[in-house]
Amino acid sequence: MPQDDVLAASAAAADDRIAWSPHGELEVLIFELGGETFALEAIMVQEILDLLPETFIPGAPELVAHVVNFRGKIVPVADLRLAFGMERAEATKDSRIVVIELPLDGETMLIGLRTDRVHEVATFQQARADEVPAVGIRWKRQHVRSLIRWHEDLVVLPDLGAIFLSAMRGHPSAPVH
Amino acid sequence: MSGEDPTAAFRIEAAELLEQIEQGLLDLGHRLDDMGLVNAVFRGLHTLKGSGSMFGFDALAAFTHHCESAFDKVRKGDVPATPELVSVILSAGDHMRALVEGEAPAAVGDAILARLAAAVEAAAGGVPVPHAPAAKQGWRVAFRLPADAMANGTSPLALLDELRALGEAEIVAQLDAVPALDELRPSDCLIGWDCTLTGDIAREAIEDVFIFVMDDMTLTIEPLAVEADSGDAAAPAARGEPDAPVRAAGAPAVVAARSQGEHVRVPAERLDELMDRVGELVIAQSRLSQLTGDGQDLALRSVSEEIERLAGEMRDTMMVLRMVPVSTLFGRFRRLIHDLAIETGKAIELATDGETTEVDKTVIERLFDPLVHIIRNSCDHGLESAEDRIAAGKPAAGLVRLSAHQAGGEVLITISDDGRGIDGDRVRAKAEANGLIQPGQAMADEDLLNLIFHPGFSTAVQVTNLSGRGVGMDVVKRTIESLRGSIDVRSIPGQGSTITLRIPLTLAIIEGLLVRVGQGSYVIPLSAVEECLELSLEEDLRSRGRSVITLRDRLVPFLRLREMFATGTRPDPYQKIVVVATGRERVGLVVDQIVGNHQTVIKSLSAFHRGVASFSGATILGDGSVALILDVGQLVALAQPQEETLRAAG
Repeated sequence: MPQDDVLAASAAAADDRIAWSPHGELEVLIFELGGETFALEAIMVQEILDLLPETFIPGAPELVAHVVNFRGKIVPVADLRLAFGMERAEATKDSRIVVIELPLDGETMLIGLRTDRVHEVATFQQARADEVPAVGIRWKRQHVRSLIRWHEDLVVLPDLGAIFLSAMRGHPSAPVH
Repeated sequence: MSGEDPTAAFRIEAAELLEQIEQGLLDLGHRLDDMGLVNAVFRGLHTLKGSGSMFGFDALAAFTHHCESAFDKVRKGDVPATPELVSVILSAGDHMRALVEGEAPAAVGDAILARLAAAVEAAAGGVPVPHAPAAKQGWRVAFRLPADAMANGTSPLALLDELRALGEAEIVAQLDAVPALDELRPSDCLIGWDCTLTGDIAREAIEDVFIFVMDDMTLTIEPLAVEADSGDAAAPAARGEPDAPVRAAGAPAVVAARSQGEHVRVPAERLDELMDRVGELVIAQSRLSQLTGDGQDLALRSVSEEIERLAGEMRDTMMVLRMVPVSTLFGRFRRLIHDLAIETGKAIELATDGETTEVDKTVIERLFDPLVHIIRNSCDHGLESAEDRIAAGKPAAGLVRLSAHQAGGEVLITISDDGRGIDGDRVRAKAEANGLIQPGQAMADEDLLNLIFHPGFSTAVQVTNLSGRGVGMDVVKRTIESLRGSIDVRSIPGQGSTITLRIPLTLAIIEGLLVRVGQGSYVIPLSAVEECLELSLEEDLRSRGRSVITLRDRLVPFLRLREMFATGTRPDPYQKIVVVATGRERVGLVVDQIVGNHQTVIKSLSAFHRGVASFSGATILGDGSVALILDVGQLVALAQPQEETLRAAG
């Protein structure tokens, strides 16, 4: 599909889109999802919330099929498990929603991310960041910007822009039935 | 005032002043001897001039000064107000608007001033108005600037130089207000000046020297030979209030304007923000009352109830904040009618009622263009010429009536005229020619008339300046529909036509019916709801194959929302049907439970969900959860193919 090519191309350029500081550092929020460790730029994070009552939107793209009321705004809640081919799972007492601000398609959107557990804010070193290998990972390559070694773990830096853009583009106006 | 462009504030103020002036002039046009109106217009012009010079709009101030002077003569009874004078000042108002926007060709201004001079002269009965007599001997000018004049950039020396330029001047400084040295602030202007000007100087020339500072200063201008001809010559000295020097006439005008109602200008997005905060407060409060409801602490519960009441009141107040009376809209059409009367050569009266009806500001703004179009159509095509009207036994002046009244969550705006009405035969001929209907196709009269809203329809045989410039009534209809409103036209041949707009009171709030489908809550706009009834078990079973119920001898198709939304839940034993109407289509929506009426603030869905056609938005319920608002029109459209498949299968 030509669209996939576009996304793959954008993934190749993804490393440029990690805003390493002049000292090669990046401040991130580390969280857990489906047994994997993920990180996203701390600067994107607006708030970390306890679980809220979610409303299902019939006919919406699967990734963002629910919305919550975040300070009077209707904010989509995304389950990143779907973007990484993981099994759905029930929420636990450690589950949190991380509300992020993501520039997408010319507008800045608020999106809630479901996480199994939020760990900490940490500083990554560019020297410890790896290219995403062409083989050996089970996720869509274009959904990952980089893999970073951190303590004993390998942390996934997802490409949220690519993930949500495909959710938005892949759903021009699907009928409900 | 931090950081904001002060001229922007002036532009807003000027727009309001010009609006007031225009309304005053239009009233004056009908009641030429009403001195109250004359005074109101004069005050408006005066304030505009003063503020204009304060914000550096010198061209505006100078231009307005001439209009003000003309009106001053009317105010003092030197000349009577005439329709021509009113008309000239109206067009002068347009020029002032252009000056405020900074795009006015000077030639236009000069032309208006020439017309103004002619109008004043004509009003004075052809005899040139005795312009304030140029006293041969000269003038005694005494003036005192406000203490902060120099801080505001006024240079007394420059004023004195200008006076000297007029003629031989003898200037004496008045030092009586200057305090002892240790109390003196060097930046204050405490010196007054007496100036004896000799020579053949017009009084206006002296006033022009002070034109930009006149509002805040004390100025007396007296002819030198006061004793010689006390009566007449003293009169011009009493410019302004009878015995007072021309003193800050701007100040009382401002006070007068304020006393009509204190206003605070707030950007709309701040109101929206406040609305969100209040919404959150209401939600937090309902959580609080749930917590305290179970407890035994009476004091806590009473505080919680108090907060509940306050939060509810705050929410109601917020809802009203965005509402403005329709009069702000109707008022703008008086000028349109005035101009249309001149352009078409017809006599046209405008009658309005229900102006106190309140509508959301956004709605008002978006109604303006459609209404202009409708009124133009009425005046251009609807109203006949005076001769034709008299021949038809009607008063010579055509009547256009604008009225507004509230009905539930909607406001009805009707625009009617007493003209010739819409020619059904011509509508039919045109529609047939354009292929909108089949030749000879049977059609109810009202359906036929509503064809005028079809794209590209225009019955005008001759395209005029006013209407028929390609923007048809279809654009009007589309605009109204984008406001979630509807439009309808009625006409009685020979007696006139009436166009009715039904518009929701606000775009921000919706009166809805809250229903439950499966485990989800949904809001159906109440304006679309016709009735609610129960879907009995037998009927449910019987209707399996066709999804149609009989309602008062009419077949109404229905949609099972539970199936459309794939809730995966078992239906409630007693399902309900909410019958909604979209235009001519009536459709039943089968829901599990009808929860009740719900007034809600409409929130837009994120970009991910705009593609989901079944919902027009979302709203936040009392418990903080989100309910989706059904887009009835879209649901019906989605259901149509489904219906057809069912029918084909059945």
